[in-house]
Amino acid sequence: MNRRDLLGGLSLGAGGLLLGGCDRLNADPSVRKILVGAEALNLRSQRLLAGGLAREYRRDQMSPVFRTNGNTRPESTAYLAHAATNFVDWRLIVDGLVAMPLKLSLGDLGTFPQRAQITRHDCVEGWSAIGKWQGPMLSDILKAAGLSDRARYIVFHCADGDANRPFYESIDLYDAFHPQTIMALLMNDRRLPMGHGAPLRLRVERQLGYKHAKFVMRIEARARIDDLYDGKGGYWEDSAGYAWYAGI
Amino acid sequence: MAAQPDRSAMPEKAQQDAPEATVGPGPGDLVKRHHLSTRLWHWLNVVTLAVMMMSGLMIFNAHPRLYWGEYGANADPAWFEIGSTETTGFVQAGSLRIETTGVLGRWTDQDGVLRRRAFPYWITIPSRYSLADARLWHFAFAWVLGLSLAAFMTASLLNRHFKRHLTISLDEVRPSHLWADIKDHARLRFPIEAAALRYNILQKLAYAAVLFGLLPLIIFTGLAMSPAMDAGWPWLLDIFGGRQSARSLHFIAMVALVAFFLVHIAMVVLAGPINEVRSMISGYYRLPGKRPESRSGEVAP
Repeated sequence: MNRRDLLGGLSLGAGGLLLGGCDRLNADPSVRKILVGAEALNLRSQRLLAGGLAREYRRDQMSPVFRTNGNTRPESTAYLAHAATNFVDWRLIVDGLVAMPLKLSLGDLGTFPQRAQITRHDCVEGWSAIGKWQGPMLSDILKAAGLSDRARYIVFHCADGDANRPFYESIDLYDAFHPQTIMALLMNDRRLPMGHGAPLRLRVERQLGYKHAKFVMRIEARARIDDLYDGKGGYWEDSAGYAWYAGI
Repeated sequence: MAAQPDRSAMPEKAQQDAPEATVGPGPGDLVKRHHLSTRLWHWLNVVTLAVMMMSGLMIFNAHPRLYWGEYGANADPAWFEIGSTETTGFVQAGSLRIETTGVLGRWTDQDGVLRRRAFPYWITIPSRYSLADARLWHFAFAWVLGLSLAAFMTASLLNRHFKRHLTISLDEVRPSHLWADIKDHARLRFPIEAAALRYNILQKLAYAAVLFGLLPLIIFTGLAMSPAMDAGWPWLLDIFGGRQSARSLHFIAMVALVAFFLVHIAMVVLAGPINEVRSMISGYYRLPGKRPESRSGEVAP
C-alpha cells in the first residue's frame, strides 16, 4: 500500500464516517424534533414579514408551457364519469363547521364574483411557471356557507390519491381569507384541464405548489387537522414528510 | 520540512509596511490573533456551511436545471443542467457539455444501485434521495447561518475587528501593490514577523467578498425563492431579476463559497497548518520568523 492509497483510504473512511453520522442524525427522533421546531419559526416569521399580495404578472410574462405535476388523471370511476360529462352533474360539497352546508355546481361557482390573477407557481422541487387563474374567492364561498367561529382550518378533499390515502390538503384561516386564495375554474382563460386539476383547484399563492390541491371535491371546515388521516394536514405532509406550512 | 515555503526572502514591500519594530512582539512570540467572536463564528460556520451545502445539493437533485428570469421548468431553456443519458452522466453549461459518468448525473449508490440523479450520495444530506428531509436540514441551518452572521457582524463592529483588520485603504488597491501581493502569493512568500499579524490585501479582499458579498447574496437569493417572502418583500424579485435567476445566483454563490473554502484550506496548509489552526482555536498565533528556513538549509541568503 503506497501513500496515495493510504491517504485515499483514510479520506474515504472519514467520508464514510461523516456520511453515516449524517444519516444517523437524520433518522434520530430528537434531532428531527429540533429540525421540525425550526420549521415553526418559518411560519411565525413569515406571518410577520410576508403579508400582502403575491406578485401578479403581465400576460407577456406567462410561461409558454405550464407543465403538470403529481397526479394528472385520478383513477376514481366516479370522477372519470363526471369528467366524461364535462362535470355537468358534479357538485362541490362545502361542509364541516359551517351553518349551512352547500352543494355547488360549476354554474353556482360561476355566480360568485370571479377573481383573475396571473401568478407564479413555485414547485417544491425548484421549478416555477407563470399562469393565469380565475375563479371565486374561497372567502366568499366560506361566507356563503356561514363559517363557524370554531373553524380553524379549511380542508380540501380531492378525487385523486393512492391506495393508502385519498389526496387532501389544508390551510388555516389566515390563508383561506387571503384575497388571492381562489378556487380556480379557469386556467389561462380556459376550463381547467384535467392535468391541472379539473374541475376545481385551490390557488393559495404565497405557498409552494403541493399546497394547491387539484380535483377538489369537498371543502370541509374543521377545528383541528391532527385527527385527520395521519395527522399532518395533507397528503404530501403525511406520506413524504413535507412541511404543512410551505411558504418557503 | 521540504514543503515549507521559502520565507527567507522577505519582500521589500512587506518590510516597508511592517510597523516600526521598536516595541512589540518578535519572531517566535505567541501573540493574540483572533477575537473569541471570530473563532466561535468560524467553527460554527464549518458545520453550518457544510450542512447547508450538502442539503442544498440534495434539494438541487429534485430539479437539476437552472434558469434565468422569473419562471423556468422542463420545457424552458436551462443555462445549466446536470443530467444523464442511457449510458452517461453529464454536466451542461450553455453549449459546453462535460461527461461526468460515475460522479454527476449517473452514479452507483452505497448499495450498488445505479442512480440517475445529479449529485451523488456521498455529498448530500441525507445520502438517500429525500427532498423533504433535505429541506428540513437546509431551513433549520439557514436560521443558524443568518443569525450567526448577524451576531458576528455586530460583534465585529463593536470590537472593531472590521475596522482594524478588514479596512481596505486606497493605497492597498493600487495596481502595483495588488500585483506585488499576487506575486508574493504565487511564490508562496508569506509575511513574517509583525506583518503576519495583519491581513494582506488579497486576504482582505477575499474575506470582505465572502462576508459582505457571498454570504448576504446566498441568504437573500435563498429568501427570494420563498413565495411568501416574495409577497412580503417583492424587491427581492426585482434585485435578482426573478425567482429562477435568484435560484441560479444561489447556486453560483455556493460554488464561489466552495472555491473560497478550497483556497482557504490550501493557504492554511501552506502557511503552517498547526500555527494557523491553533490561532483559530485558542486565539494565539506564533509569529513566524526566519528560523525554520535557515534550519532547513534550503536557502541561505
